[in-house]
Amino acid sequence: MTTAIRINRIHKHFGALHALKGIDLSIEEGEFFALLGPNGAGKSTLINILAGLIKPSSGDISVLDFDVVEQFRQARQLLGIVPQELVFDPFFNVREMLRFQAGYFGRGPENDAWVDEILVGLGLADKANTNMRKLSGGMKRRALIAQALAHKPPVIVLDEPTAGVDVELRQTMWAFIKKLNREGHTIILTTHYLEEAETLCNRIGMMKQGELVALDSTANLLNKFAGKKLSLTLGEVGLPEAIRPMLRAQEKGVHTFALTDMGQIEFVLSSLRTANIPVVDMQLQEADLEDVFLSLVGKE
Amino acid sequence: MPVLNKLLDALMSATTISPKYRGPWTLLKKELLRFWRVGFQTVAAPVITALLYLLIFSHVLEGRVQVYQDVPYTVFLIPGLIMMSVLQNAFANSSSSLIQSKVMGNLIFVLLTPLTHLQFFCAFLCAAIIRGLVVGLCIYLVAMGFVDLPISHPWMIVAFSLLGSALLGTFGIIAGIWADRFDQMAVFQNFIIMPLSFLSGVFYSIHSLPPFWQSVSHLNPFFYMIDGFRYGFFGQADISPWISLCIVTASLLLLAWSTLKMLKSGYKLRA
Repeated sequence: MTTAIRINRIHKHFGALHALKGIDLSIEEGEFFALLGPNGAGKSTLINILAGLIKPSSGDISVLDFDVVEQFRQARQLLGIVPQELVFDPFFNVREMLRFQAGYFGRGPENDAWVDEILVGLGLADKANTNMRKLSGGMKRRALIAQALAHKPPVIVLDEPTAGVDVELRQTMWAFIKKLNREGHTIILTTHYLEEAETLCNRIGMMKQGELVALDSTANLLNKFAGKKLSLTLGEVGLPEAIRPMLRAQEKGVHTFALTDMGQIEFVLSSLRTANIPVVDMQLQEADLEDVFLSLVGKE
Repeated sequence: MPVLNKLLDALMSATTISPKYRGPWTLLKKELLRFWRVGFQTVAAPVITALLYLLIFSHVLEGRVQVYQDVPYTVFLIPGLIMMSVLQNAFANSSSSLIQSKVMGNLIFVLLTPLTHLQFFCAFLCAAIIRGLVVGLCIYLVAMGFVDLPISHPWMIVAFSLLGSALLGTFGIIAGIWADRFDQMAVFQNFIIMPLSFLSGVFYSIHSLPPFWQSVSHLNPFFYMIDGFRYGFFGQADISPWISLCIVTASLLLLAWSTLKMLKSGYKLRA
């Protein structure tokens, strides 16, 4: 399998701020990869270096073996990037923008069929001749995604593509992106909607303060870091000292404990019995990516 | 206008271009359509402004001011007004396009592409030249309806209009890259372009100025562009058109070199 993106010891300084601290990461061709992290973790900086919008202080990044600085023309041909901000050109309609975008990459009228496919795939067909200015926020977001796909790049980077968009758009968009992934396109996604990353991505990288703090398959991360969650309805009570470190959340009398093994269930229950705290209700759940995220990067 | 828009769209779509040059061609096409879509503001308005200058100045000064032998003042005025409009609109095209794209954030669509800094420069420059020439040609055609304008050296007219619009188009790219806000761009327009245009001999010959101001005028690059352009019509100029040609060409080369350096370094475009 070829490496779609190879990130090698990337550092970035913005004055005194050390935004990226030697990131090493390889993403294989055909992967659906999620890059997660809290605001300010360095995800967008990393993506902007990949896109050639920011120069790294040191280290290198390549796209399908083309260096993004030295061989930027070849590297950018292979990349489609959906920017985070909702930007658009108010002078043109959707179809014109897609044709221009494809044209910048050397694609001519032979690309029009693909443009039509994108328009249909992203539910933009009936808005093809509408000026970008007149589109709703969700439609603008679709157009932004369509622009990144206009030159049919093998590697697609989606920087928070579903921020502030409705459920319908998300479903349409993910159906189309999954189809592209099945056809062999490599997808890199950053998102704050962790359930999207959990459902869609095979592998996840988590960043915190400019460093990659976790990198594994989604299944391994869930197993390794999260285990299970035990939710007990206890009412407003003071918990015994021994089980307090396991408490993850507490809301309206429901206490949620993070378990690393099943034996801890008995430990929690016996501690409550000893403290004379009755259990009104009990639920055992599989942990999700949010738990992994919180355990890795959520606590400052 | 919609009919003209469709005509232009059809003409541009019909043009076949090698894939190698399709990137910069697309950027040029987009830039041309951008100013054409708002043609009333980008073409009609400057033409009307120039004609108003012509109407007022010719009405007030015709018969009172004689600049060149056998050339009525109104006729003298027209080439200067044409060139002033060419220069101002070439500057406005590249600078306004860049600052708008920067402020609205859509410049990212161009920055993410494999276009080189030279291709980026050429596309913006050609669009600026074309807008300058379109405005200049419109003023010329309308003015022809009122006065007889002689043409002594057509190649000088072509050379100065091309070099002048290229020089100001390049300066517009620098301004567009440098400015981060619209008010910063207004500084260029109001404190550089306007004073240099009005103090360049559009409305008078610099020989009518006191010696000190004549020397100051020689430091103004707009003077050489307008004087050389006017020579193309009347065969008369305040200084040798060849000197003007050399100065304008050298200024263009210097400015183009600086702009390419800026673009290559990613100054204010790539962090």
